[in-house]
Amino acid sequence: MKMKIFVPRDAAAVAVGADEVATAFEQIAQKRGLPIEIVRTGSRGLCWLEPMVEVATPEGRVAYGPVSTEDVASVFESMASNGPHPLRLGVADELPWLKRQTRLTFARCGVIDPRSLDDYRAHGGYKGLERALSLGSDAILAEVTASGLRGRGGAGFPTGIKWKTVAQTKADRKFIVCNADEGDSGTFADRMIMEGDPFLVIEGMTTAAITVGATKGYIYIRSEYPHAIEAMKAAIIAAERGGYLGSKIGGSTYSFDLEVRVGAGAYVCGEETSLLESLEGRRGLVRAKPPLPAHHGLFGKPTVINNVLSFAAIPFILSEGARAYADFGMGRSRGTMPIQLAGNIRQGGLFETAFGVTLGELVDDIGGGTFTGRPVRAVQVGGPLGAYFPRALFDTPFDYEAFAARDGLIGHGGIVVFDDSVDMRKQARFAMEFCAVESCGKCTPCRIGSTRGVETIEKIIRGERVSENLALVEDLCNTMKFGSLCALGGFTPYPVLSALKHFREDFVPAPTTLQAAE
Amino acid sequence: MTAVYEPCYEPWDETRGAEIIAEHARQEGATLVILHALQEAFGYIPEAAIPMVAQALNLSRAEVHGVFTFYHDFRHKPAGRHVLKLCRAEACQAAGGDALAARAEAKLGVSLGNTTADDRVTLEPIYCLGLCATAPSAMLDGRLVGRLDEKRLDALVAEAQR
Repeated sequence: MKMKIFVPRDAAAVAVGADEVATAFEQIAQKRGLPIEIVRTGSRGLCWLEPMVEVATPEGRVAYGPVSTEDVASVFESMASNGPHPLRLGVADELPWLKRQTRLTFARCGVIDPRSLDDYRAHGGYKGLERALSLGSDAILAEVTASGLRGRGGAGFPTGIKWKTVAQTKADRKFIVCNADEGDSGTFADRMIMEGDPFLVIEGMTTAAITVGATKGYIYIRSEYPHAIEAMKAAIIAAERGGYLGSKIGGSTYSFDLEVRVGAGAYVCGEETSLLESLEGRRGLVRAKPPLPAHHGLFGKPTVINNVLSFAAIPFILSEGARAYADFGMGRSRGTMPIQLAGNIRQGGLFETAFGVTLGELVDDIGGGTFTGRPVRAVQVGGPLGAYFPRALFDTPFDYEAFAARDGLIGHGGIVVFDDSVDMRKQARFAMEFCAVESCGKCTPCRIGSTRGVETIEKIIRGERVSENLALVEDLCNTMKFGSLCALGGFTPYPVLSALKHFREDFVPAPTTLQAAE
Repeated sequence: MTAVYEPCYEPWDETRGAEIIAEHARQEGATLVILHALQEAFGYIPEAAIPMVAQALNLSRAEVHGVFTFYHDFRHKPAGRHVLKLCRAEACQAAGGDALAARAEAKLGVSLGNTTADDRVTLEPIYCLGLCATAPSAMLDGRLVGRLDEKRLDALVAEAQR
């Protein structure tokens, strides 16, 4: 029987040698005269074990990792004989790190061949859309609203309300826009799902289109993600061929065309109105709201603009029902969140779980602390605009409101871990500097405030009038927070103020004990 | 299987430029699409292309220039023969990226954002490649490298200098 070997094609696996490993398997199989089939999948998200390869066995898919090209020969023997190997991890589905998760959105990621529409359908793909087509607009809106799904880009706005607004707005054309400008450091869930299960994103967007009456959609992907761009483009072509995009979708009367557009390195374009400007071919200047994109969006038409993960959550909600999704979570944060553990972390990767898990569980227990082995000192949650949390706040549950109550945000679900060698003055300075570089320039608090912020923090670092300058930074942060047009200027104060508040000792020199006069 | 990108660009040619522009001009909101296509062909956006794009899209030169200068990706002049991008965002900082960036700068004798005097290597910062759980990461001419350490970085630098 032909041995079936699965090697991820996810960018994170490729960056640590997955392509070379796949080639090595082909070569050794040829040399040994054993026929094999290599399936290039997405990543299961256990990034510290990448490249993690799997082999199909009667017991299920058995995983090995991290596999380097030097390991391939012995791993191949172990696969062929079903024998032991130091890198053999056991049946993938039974790995504790995967078993602890609740994978609703990422259920297929790392399992299926992302280029195969048939594989997607064989694993439950397009069941959600089929049900959506039978339900009709009002019933879909009711399901999405009842699921409690909130915008996974970070703002947490209820998706059902957004869609309903667009559905109720009359216009000759409407658009669906997928925000795949995942610029936050520490986040990679959008990239992973686009590379590992691209039809899921297409299905979610198509569902939105039939719900609100849109006929054209765009996926705006950042240029830093060449693999994701390629994967989405290939999936769109396959979906068109399969009758899931274009005219008469799935045999219905609906039409929907989808196009990939590529960003050009501007972080601010992850802000939805800036993204729309960019899609229209302009500088990514943030628009003042109102009017909301739901009323006056792309090319002035009503537009649903959602994050990749929001669209990716839709097929499950439609196929399994709103209740099945809303049963997970806590408070007003319903369902699951694909959390990304990153930075200086021993077991980093993608961990999808119901809201409510605590920050400490995520970092210490699931993430296993730092890979440097030094104590965890700070974690930044929610990207460059998210707050730094000290260990003292590790009891914070992963929930939109709980993080907001502690002057933080969950954002897009990225957690970046730092050990005790971190200098929080540097991190605070970096937050301001990043904002200064990436500011679109439209509003003064962000454009000027960030530059003044860098200068003032530098004065603090040099030890110039520290307490006065600290007060100045705090004041400046308040101006930026309340006076900026969008989250870039408005949230940059989060990392800065949290660094000041929780890691004060880094900013204020230790009181010098007076030396006795000689 | 490894995609080895040896960037190979055409010299600027007005007729070829006009062709590329015409190919994309009918799309809605085509400015970025055209600028990307021009840069893909020529390795940068030649100054002479700006008025051509403006005319094709019925925009002012100032508008197109504004778009061109807003986005970090678009180059004003050709890059070095190889482009080495180092991720400088927080996750890579947490994983030792600062020291590696300094090492690359020292090895190449240029600071981030610059090209070596022999035009061989352009060293650039990039803000997040989305490889944050296998940090620090880099990209050499489109090829991704994760779990960067001194040894891997030195190999990358040597490869770029070849």
